[in-house]
Amino acid sequence: MENNLIHIKNIHLAFGGTQALLNVSLEIKEKEILAIIGPNGAGKTSLLNCISGFYRPYKGEIIYQNMDLTKVAPHKIAKLGIARTFQNIELYTGLNTLDNLMAARHIHMKRGAFWDGIYFGPRRREDIKHRKFVEEVIDLLELEPVRKKIVGSLPYGQRKRVDLARALCMNPKILLLDEPMAGMNVEEKEDMARFILDIFELREIAVVLVEHNMDVVMDISDRIAVLDFGTKIAEGSPDDIKGDPKVIRAYLGAGQS
Amino acid sequence: MRPCGVFDERYETDMAIIRTWQHWTILLGTIGLLFCIPLFASYYFISLLNGIFITSVMVLGLQIIMGYCGQVSLGQAAFMAVGGFVSALLTLKLGLSFWLALPLSGLSAGLIGLIGGAPSLRVKEFYLAMSTVAIHYVIIWLITHLKITGYTQGLVAPPPAIGNFVFNTEERMYYIILMVTLLLTFYARNLIRGNVGRIFIAIRDNDLAAEVMGVNIFKYKMLAFFVSCFYAGIAGSLLAHWYQIVNVEQFTLNHALLYIGMIIVGGMGSIPGAFFGVFLLRLLDEFVLTVSPMLAHKFPQLGMTPAASLGVMCFGIVLVLFLLYEPRGIAHRWEIFKASYRIYPYRK
Repeated sequence: MENNLIHIKNIHLAFGGTQALLNVSLEIKEKEILAIIGPNGAGKTSLLNCISGFYRPYKGEIIYQNMDLTKVAPHKIAKLGIARTFQNIELYTGLNTLDNLMAARHIHMKRGAFWDGIYFGPRRREDIKHRKFVEEVIDLLELEPVRKKIVGSLPYGQRKRVDLARALCMNPKILLLDEPMAGMNVEEKEDMARFILDIFELREIAVVLVEHNMDVVMDISDRIAVLDFGTKIAEGSPDDIKGDPKVIRAYLGAGQS
Repeated sequence: MRPCGVFDERYETDMAIIRTWQHWTILLGTIGLLFCIPLFASYYFISLLNGIFITSVMVLGLQIIMGYCGQVSLGQAAFMAVGGFVSALLTLKLGLSFWLALPLSGLSAGLIGLIGGAPSLRVKEFYLAMSTVAIHYVIIWLITHLKITGYTQGLVAPPPAIGNFVFNTEERMYYIILMVTLLLTFYARNLIRGNVGRIFIAIRDNDLAAEVMGVNIFKYKMLAFFVSCFYAGIAGSLLAHWYQIVNVEQFTLNHALLYIGMIIVGGMGSIPGAFFGVFLLRLLDEFVLTVSPMLAHKFPQLGMTPAASLGVMCFGIVLVLFLLYEPRGIAHRWEIFKASYRIYPYRK
């Protein structure tokens, strides 16, 4: 366990009769961008959901800081330093960008609910301290113009970015990104890739990236794991993956190889 | 949007609700005016305001649970009853002073509210509404079947007093009710702008995401129920000592529905909205009370029915009109007005 942050050991996940994940093992290492790719329905998002506690695998364990994450409640997993974004953008639509990000600082807030009602004094000082952190993230992801806009009214690309910013505001050790570039045009994709690399270099955290877009994945990831029908069929550097016959078969179909 | 020409250089000013000296003038002026009202207003008008403020405290609590945290609660009238009866019992049977009974009645209603809110762990929306209706009936059944709460007759609640000074007139009660209302409004507004408020709204808008972001959903739902039932309990206690009698007839399911109507009309998820709703529907009541005798006089063949049914009809019509034409309530209109006022003479 030299630099392994998360050790996923043989997890199995099923929905009724459908086997979503079958005996998947994977390691998430420090200071590394790990990409998880695979065709539609391969179980990539299910794997992320297992890590963040949404789904409970019926077999296997996910070891993080000597704890089995499959038995920890989702909100506690977040407090342990695992943050994520969502494929379909799950923001708090009624709040503005700033409050969305401040809400993510919740796990670092110390004073109890009673003080919130008083507000002035210690509670406000704490809020301002967190505000400074949030403003840094806003700076990094270039969200200044939409700081006070209601998130529900923002265009898709910006909402995606707020989603990323919110995960970042939790100051995580591991960042799970679920298709951060889905539905974006080339320019937005490039922006997003740049943000991910910026974050990676600045914070030196582990990034797990689930993505469909091959060009992006090949460019920015250090290591790639390929899933197909719930099983891991390959793992390695981008160059290894490119030439792997199993991966080519999974993507192009059996007849073509 | 910010008032024109106001720039923020510090986070304190950026986060402030009251930003300019004009705001401060309006705020302090309004509070000052409220304190002066008994000097010139009629007895009837003060009594009307007392009712409005007590209902406002109640509706503020409902706004927190329903407007902000998104949990439907139809049991608020029963939680108010808990506050009223606990307060009456504490002062009557244990001889506690009102000043101690008031917070205690809030706390006890809050604790009962935790039981009422427990189903929210598992159920949402309609199903939660139904389970809170069940809580309502359980509480009301207990009150009408226990000797200690005086069955259906209810209890006498002695008026508050400091030494020999007894708060037994409308003017005197007005000051207590006003102070409590101001204090609880301040608390609610701050609760909502801070961390807790953001979490409540997060739970309302997207509970799954909130959980992944490290929010203990159940804890915060329980907190929302506690706070809103605390407000209901305080309102119940005030009502009991204001009427000097507490009786289940003051806390029916119709009342609970009326309170929900008030936050729909006033605007969900807005503290001023709670007040707007209460004022509008209370004034509608007054309107009906003045109009219906005239109607009964003009059309004697209708008998006594118009007086009884006109109120419900008006409430229904107003509610439907709001749901159709301004589902975000008066508070939304108010925001639009403020925004256009700030950039006047320009238009959006």
